[in-house]
Amino acid sequence: MAVRVQFENNNEVGVFSKLTNTYCLVAIGGSENFYSVFEAELAETIPVIHASLAGCRIIGRMCVGNKNGLLVPSTTTDDELQHLRNSLPDKVKVQRVEERLSALGNVIACNDYVALVHPDLDKETEEILSDVLEVEVFRQTVAANTLVGSYCSLSNRGGLVHPRTSIQDQDELSSLLQVPLVAGTVNRGSEVIGGGMVVNDWSAFCGLDTTSTEISVIESVFKLNEGTPATITTEMRSSLIESMS
Amino acid sequence: MEYLQEEQVESAANRILCCECGVVIAPNPANMCVACLRTVVDISEGIPKQGTLHFCRGCERYLQPPTEWIHCPLESRELLSLCLRKLKGLNRVKLIDAGFVWTEPHSKRIKVKLTVHGEVMGGTVLQQVFIVEFVVAHQMCDECHRKEAQDFWHALVQVRQKAENKKTFHYLEQLILKHKAHENTLGIKPNGEGLDFFYHTEAHARKMVDFLGTVLPIKYQHSKKLISHDIHSNNYNYKFSFSVEIVPLSKDSLICLPKSVTQQNGGINPLVLVHRVTSTLHFIDPATAQLAEMNANAYWRNPFSTICDPKQLSEYIVMEMEVIMEKDRKTFPGQGTISNKHVLADVWLVKASELGINEDTIHTRTHLGHLIKPGDSVMAYCLADSNANDENFDKLKQEKIPDLIIVKKHYPDRSSKRRRWKLQHLAAEGELFEKNRDYHEFLDDLEEDPLLRQNVNIYKDPKNINMPVDADDADDPDAPGITLDEMLDDLQIEDDPMDEGEGSEDMS
Repeated sequence: MAVRVQFENNNEVGVFSKLTNTYCLVAIGGSENFYSVFEAELAETIPVIHASLAGCRIIGRMCVGNKNGLLVPSTTTDDELQHLRNSLPDKVKVQRVEERLSALGNVIACNDYVALVHPDLDKETEEILSDVLEVEVFRQTVAANTLVGSYCSLSNRGGLVHPRTSIQDQDELSSLLQVPLVAGTVNRGSEVIGGGMVVNDWSAFCGLDTTSTEISVIESVFKLNEGTPATITTEMRSSLIESMS
Repeated sequence: MEYLQEEQVESAANRILCCECGVVIAPNPANMCVACLRTVVDISEGIPKQGTLHFCRGCERYLQPPTEWIHCPLESRELLSLCLRKLKGLNRVKLIDAGFVWTEPHSKRIKVKLTVHGEVMGGTVLQQVFIVEFVVAHQMCDECHRKEAQDFWHALVQVRQKAENKKTFHYLEQLILKHKAHENTLGIKPNGEGLDFFYHTEAHARKMVDFLGTVLPIKYQHSKKLISHDIHSNNYNYKFSFSVEIVPLSKDSLICLPKSVTQQNGGINPLVLVHRVTSTLHFIDPATAQLAEMNANAYWRNPFSTICDPKQLSEYIVMEMEVIMEKDRKTFPGQGTISNKHVLADVWLVKASELGINEDTIHTRTHLGHLIKPGDSVMAYCLADSNANDENFDKLKQEKIPDLIIVKKHYPDRSSKRRRWKLQHLAAEGELFEKNRDYHEFLDDLEEDPLLRQNVNIYKDPKNINMPVDADDADDPDAPGITLDEMLDDLQIEDDPMDEGEGSEDMS
């Protein structure tokens, strides 16, 4: 289920939040509306945590994470780091990285198994990345853009990439990630996918401007509608019956 | 691991869904299909879709703001440019095409179809076609308004000369052309013994009067006639008239100066010839070559008239001549300037018509000794035969009056010679003055007098300029002429220097 949400009149929700399969970070805003939308959708399953990084609200662009861990930039204060460690589930490792390209969310795009990174990222960061997040790392570009985190959005079930990504590139990225990819837009034609939406395996949040066409593209590529009872009865029926018999 | 270079070929098959309607499209900066983009943005926004053109029914011209009125037929290029100039905001888009959509000519509507390119949403170029409708509104142009109001001119300069011939006016015409003094005139009309110049404002008329004062000896009177007035706003509507009178003397006239004038001018003889007329009068005494000058004010204080006019000149043949040397001249203390360009001579003449019949020669003294030689023919006034009614002349002692006064050398057969130059004229149709004897005399004067030529633009006559000059044709090598250097090339456009000429007929 994809939800439209706005952060203080701003449609770039991927900038102000970070969503993974085990936790959700939400920037501290002037009002609680933004937080409430996430909480209403996710609170039953994963913790939704207020956070700031280095005093900034643009946490979605500053950090990168998946169900296994969270990498924060070196500018993160100790208090913030402590707060994250306290709030996150115990399984999630939190690690600060000394990286020149400190907007980690912009230079890294990952799901729980694979990460696409900026071609100029440090070797050390790459190692930390593979250790902490337990992912396979590929240095890649999306539609000739090196800011892979900004221009694509990945989950374990699918991925949305920059609209100008050629079919050839999509095939290549798709074979690396082992998930289907689609070129598309969010927020009524915006190319900045990573900035405009956040997604995990069962839910997605995008800007309020996102059109129904874009929502339908997002829902189909991230397979967000398949958790409904109807799909269970059609898709899982045979296996269930088989296991029960 | 290696990353792809930026110059990766973009696959033509790359397709996304339009973010609004879901149609499959190639990605563009707005990521919208053209139809959706068009509903979202209007590049013709800010360009007015309606306008007004002002049209004068009287002269069928359109107003080109701010003040110009231009002729342009329907569906013409000029009208299109006028319409486009009316549209503000066209500079923000790129105009690709413009054309008229046919409308009924009497509908007072002009429709212009425009095709524009505009850049929207970060680089997407959108083309849009739209129609702008212009309403033709009537507005009378200034000229038609004036015509309608029967109110063409507000100021009038009447130039008059009470003289026998019109040479001065021919000269004046050339001066006006040379100085472009006719620029502000609404019309020029010959009237009796002079010219009327019409002006829109009094200032223009005054400027003309000032111009006349600098080139000719004149006096003028200023008067105004109340046409209407508005007691509420204290507005008065006048018609102004300047009555300009030119001194009634022309070159080569013979004059008898009043005694007071001769005394003021270094005791010059009373009988003098008008040597030249500029803003002042220049006299020369034929008997002593003494010069005198007089300005217009001095003339009008005690005016005098001519004794003999160039019309009365008759031809004489020089039989004998004797130059008077400097030492033989009689001078007296306090005498005015004596010309050193002229040579005094005693001559004995016979009337050309009586040559061979009458052996008696007539003696006179002349200032033209440098020009003439025995056998030449000259033009002279015969005072013995003339009947002058002039009080100053009557006071002269009879023995002091010479029988003849030689005015100029005569070049026979010159009038038949075709001139290699010509003059421009004011007003194309209906010449101000017919080209009569006066005019040809004026042309002769121009050929003879380089000083007079200075103030006149002389143009090559394309018909005659290449006329071969045979040795036989050169009837008189001494005959004065105008050198090619002095002539200008006339502009060969069929355009008249006085294009308001046709307007002068309906002057009231």
